[in-house]
Formats: sequence, C-alpha cells, structure tokens
Amino acid sequence: MTTKIKEYSSIVGQDVIDELYLLAGKLEGKVIRNINSTKVGGGVAEILNRMISLLEQLGVDARWDTIKGDEIFFDITKKMHNALHGVDVEISLEEFMYFLEINRKNAKEMDFTGDIFFIHDPQPIVLVEQRESLGNKWVWRCHVDFTTPKEEVMAFLKLYIEKYDSAVFSAPAFARKLRIPQVLISPSIDPLSDKNKDLSQEEIDSVLEQFGIDKSRPIVTQISRFDYLKDPIGVIEVYKRVKRHLDCQLVLAGGGATDDPEGVKVLEEVKNAAADDPDIFILLLPPKSDVEINALQRASSVVLQKSLKEGFGLTVAEALWKEKPVIASAVGGIPLQIAHKHSGILTYSIDGTVHYLKQLLYEPEYAKGLAQNGKEHIKNNFLITRHIKDYLLLFLSLYHGGDIIELNSCIH
Amino acid sequence: MSNEFRFFSETHQTRLLGMKAKDPIQLLEGLRKIPESSMYYHTHRFLQQHYRISPEPPNDFAYWITNILGLRELGESITSVDIVNIKSIEELRTRYIKKLEDHILSGKHISGCIEGHEFHFMDCKTFVFQTDFAANTLAEFTEAMEKIPITSICFHIFEPRLRYQKRENDFSIWLRDIGEPELADRISRMDPYAFTLEGLRKKIIKILRRDDCFDNEN
Repeated sequence: MTTKIKEYSSIVGQDVIDELYLLAGKLEGKVIRNINSTKVGGGVAEILNRMISLLEQLGVDARWDTIKGDEIFFDITKKMHNALHGVDVEISLEEFMYFLEINRKNAKEMDFTGDIFFIHDPQPIVLVEQRESLGNKWVWRCHVDFTTPKEEVMAFLKLYIEKYDSAVFSAPAFARKLRIPQVLISPSIDPLSDKNKDLSQEEIDSVLEQFGIDKSRPIVTQISRFDYLKDPIGVIEVYKRVKRHLDCQLVLAGGGATDDPEGVKVLEEVKNAAADDPDIFILLLPPKSDVEINALQRASSVVLQKSLKEGFGLTVAEALWKEKPVIASAVGGIPLQIAHKHSGILTYSIDGTVHYLKQLLYEPEYAKGLAQNGKEHIKNNFLITRHIKDYLLLFLSLYHGGDIIELNSCIH
Repeated sequence: MSNEFRFFSETHQTRLLGMKAKDPIQLLEGLRKIPESSMYYHTHRFLQQHYRISPEPPNDFAYWITNILGLRELGESITSVDIVNIKSIEELRTRYIKKLEDHILSGKHISGCIEGHEFHFMDCKTFVFQTDFAANTLAEFTEAMEKIPITSICFHIFEPRLRYQKRENDFSIWLRDIGEPELADRISRMDPYAFTLEGLRKKIIKILRRDDCFDNEN
C-alpha cells in the first residue's frame, strides 16, 4: 500500500510538509530520472520505491529506470561492491572492460530525456559518459560504505565520479578528495512502515509471549544479523556482567544467517556463549519479521548496538524513534544519531557498555530523559521526510551556486 | 510606508569537504582553510539539529576536542568563545585559531584520535524562502511568533549578524522601526546560544508580552 505524504504531517508537523511542497514546486517542469540496477530486492530498490511515490505526490516528475546486465556483469559489480567495503578482491582488466562494455550497451538503449540524471551506486556509473553530448545535470548517489575502499577500484570509479556534477554520500567518513561537490544525505527510517509504526500493548505482548520473554522483568535487546562485526558475543559478556548486579533478560534478534556460511558459524558461537541461560533469547527471525522486530524494540528497557564496524546503523534510529534508551558503539553513522549523554550513550568497549547499561537500568528516569531527547533528534533528522527534503535540495542545488540561495516564494 | 515584517525561513544542504583532522594540529590547518559556510555550519549545526535538547554542547569543534580527543580544557576554552559578541565569521575563526595555536605552542597534549573518529569538515548551502506569516503590528508579530517554524527563528536570530553583516537580529531591527526600542534592546541583549530553540521562542514571546520581569537576564 502506498503511503500518502499527508499522513506524515501528524508526525513531523504540517510546516515540514508545506516546506516539501514549496521545494518541490521549484522543480516544476524538471524531469528527474533515477537509474540503478534492480527494481526488486536490496536497500536501494526499497528506498527508490518509497521515494519515487512520495516525490510524485509532491508534484515532482521523478522516473525510475534500470540497467540490464548478465551474470558476469553482476559478478563483477558484486566484486566492486565488496572492494569498496574494503574486502581484498582482485578485479582483472578484462572485468573492468566488460563492466564498461555493458554500461555502454545500456547507454545505447536507454531513454535519456530528462533534466537530472540521478545514478545510484557503481553499477550504472559509466552512463555519465553521455553527459557531454546531452548537457543535463548528473548526480552520483553512493549507497555503499566508502570508509576504506580498495585503491584500484576507487581509482577506476573516480574517473567516472568526477564527471558528475555532484556526488552524494551517506556519512561524513565516506567523503573523498574529489574535484566535484560532495553532499551528505543520511539514510532515514519510515515511521509509518511495519518496522516503526505504533503498536498496541496487546500486539507487543503477543510477540513477547510468542518467544517466551517475561514482560515483567527488564529486557535488554540488540537487533542485528549474526555477524562478528555486530559483536553478539561481546553483548553476551556485557549481559553476564550486568546480570551479576541486577536481574534482566537479553534478546539477540536478527536474520540473514541461513544463506551466509559465516552467519551460521557466528550463530553457533553465540548459542555456545549463551550456554543454557534461560534469560538469553537468541532469535533467528525469518524475512518479513518487521512487526516482530518493532515489538521487541518497543518492549525493551534498553537497546544495545555494540557494533565493531557499522555502515550507518539505522537500528539505532529505529530504537530511538520508539523512545528507547540506546547504548551504542561510536562507529560508522552512529555518532550522527546519538550525542553522548544527550540522546543516548556512546561507548568504546565492553567495560564502558557494562557501566552504562547498569546505570540506565538502575536509573530509569535518567534513561527516559535520554530516550525522549533521542526520539526528538530522530524526528528532526532521520525520518523519511528529511530524506525527501535533502533530495529536493540536492536537485535544486544543481541550478543555484553560492552558499545562500534565496528562493523567494510563499508557501501555498 | 509599510511596517510589514515578513517572516522568512531556511533549510540547509550539508556538503562534505573531503577534509578531515585527527589531532589539534590538523584541526588548526583545517580551520585556516575552510570556507565561512563551514565555520557557520560547525558552530550552528548542533543547535539546529537538537532544538529541544539542552543547549550544550554548542559546536562541533568543542564537542570533538572534548569528547574524542579528551582535551577538556581546550574544549572548554573553545566552548567559552562567546559567539553572541562576535561580529563576523572571520572574527570567530581568528578566535578559535588563536586558542588552538596557544594550546599547541604550550606543548600540551597534541596526540590524535583513534582511527574512525576523525573530525570531518563540512559546510552548508542555505536555502532561504518566505513563509506565509507576516505582521504589521506588535500584536500580530507576537501571535506569529507562536506559529512560525522554528527554522524561521533561526534565520532571523542567528543569520543576520554572522552571515548578512547586519548590526543585530532582524526582530530587533523591526521592533526599533515600529518604535519599540526597549523590546528591541531586550531581544538584542539575549544570548540566543544559551537556549534551546524552543526555549528561545518562549523567551522572545515573553519579552514581547512584557511577561518576563522576573527573569534574570533582562
């Protein structure tokens, strides 16, 4: 079901929605063509699905095309993706050439009418070669964690990135030395989605009952896939050390382990670390468990995100949106979501996490204050309405130079 | 002559400068190079993104120095630069640079942060637009103050002096024009950086209603 833009006004306020209409109005007559590599599956397709619909409702002519490729092409782009994440993979010259060939083949078949070409991720990056003959605006949107990319892949991509008018990254650490403007657009959560919408106490209780969790005792939760980088073993150690002082339960819930050999291994290790403690709940959730995740977060006394490395870490925003006190590692995009001791707690170690977890469980009033501030921060900065605004500003910025732009118009 | 005050509002696009610092020396080098829009961004972002939270910490530089580098004395020294008494972004830059230079020259702690916790320099492109709120009288102005977006208060209070080189905030300028110099003075004398934004709105409304006679600062 398509969410209506007006439904967000009760959450963010009518003035925020009015501002979106005002900015969208400034793009009247412009055609924005989004291009990525798939319409189904994956985070980018999910974002585009939602964004295109909301932009259309605001009156923006936003379109969405995909490039075509065969198995070889997508194997190469998968390798590139891993290399950008810092994984040590070899990409041969032939593979780079094949990547170019498929992009150029797509360029011959694509509809290039439009004013702004919004290219998502590396797969279609070479399409920018058309810019010279077409003369319109081109933006490259990188959804990938760019903190430690492999230099040879980065050098190859840079040849194309610098042909764009602007590049967009999700976190400050992803910025590079480039000759074009770089814009920060953080990801967002949708407060009306199954994962974040309000739930009744009955719905929450029913999920707790389903998993045998005791709602009368404190619940400490970490939602994440079973991955070393999310440090689930560290979380169990934190819980065990806190449990010496006060009664609580630990919920480790996530999905994605079955088709990932490393995930299966991590899950086994987590189970071993939990041993036979009846107050540790290890929940391997199937896909589409959004309501269950929502309920577990809402039932929690404290939410942890003790990752060792993180792209953006939107589970933090999800928990804060539910007005939960959060203790999270100061990695990736998490410090953007939490100001230490204002809207949550940032930690650097197991010792620190133990210290603050005890404090938040012992002092629920203090925890409540953090959670209230956290929710307010997410409301102002990490909801989908802010994300749409950033996209509108991005498109407008392509036509306006300078640091201060006067748009000079009334909100209708 | 019309006395209309037209309320404007603003929104910002955040840009990444591709520069980072891992210690006080690199922070100093960055401060010398960054554009004014970056100085403005790093000294006003926190205020505008956390507008109902306690006003501390006031800026990104102080926050990073204190919480990431653990240099509390230097952090406090940066925090204590009274932006309300600064007339331009360049003056602000000079003050911060001097504090950093003094720290470095004193031979105090200058080691760096752990990997992944660098200071990333950013700036902002600001989009300004009219709202449909306007006032011709003090009563209308006070009523509008309750309804305008919080970003409108930011625009009229923080931007005029630092980014438009005006002598004071827009509200005070207009109040003087309509013959309310006392109200203008009181709004001008306030330190807006000591409030949350919603707290600032309430304070301005109290001043306009002359309801704040027991408050300390006026």
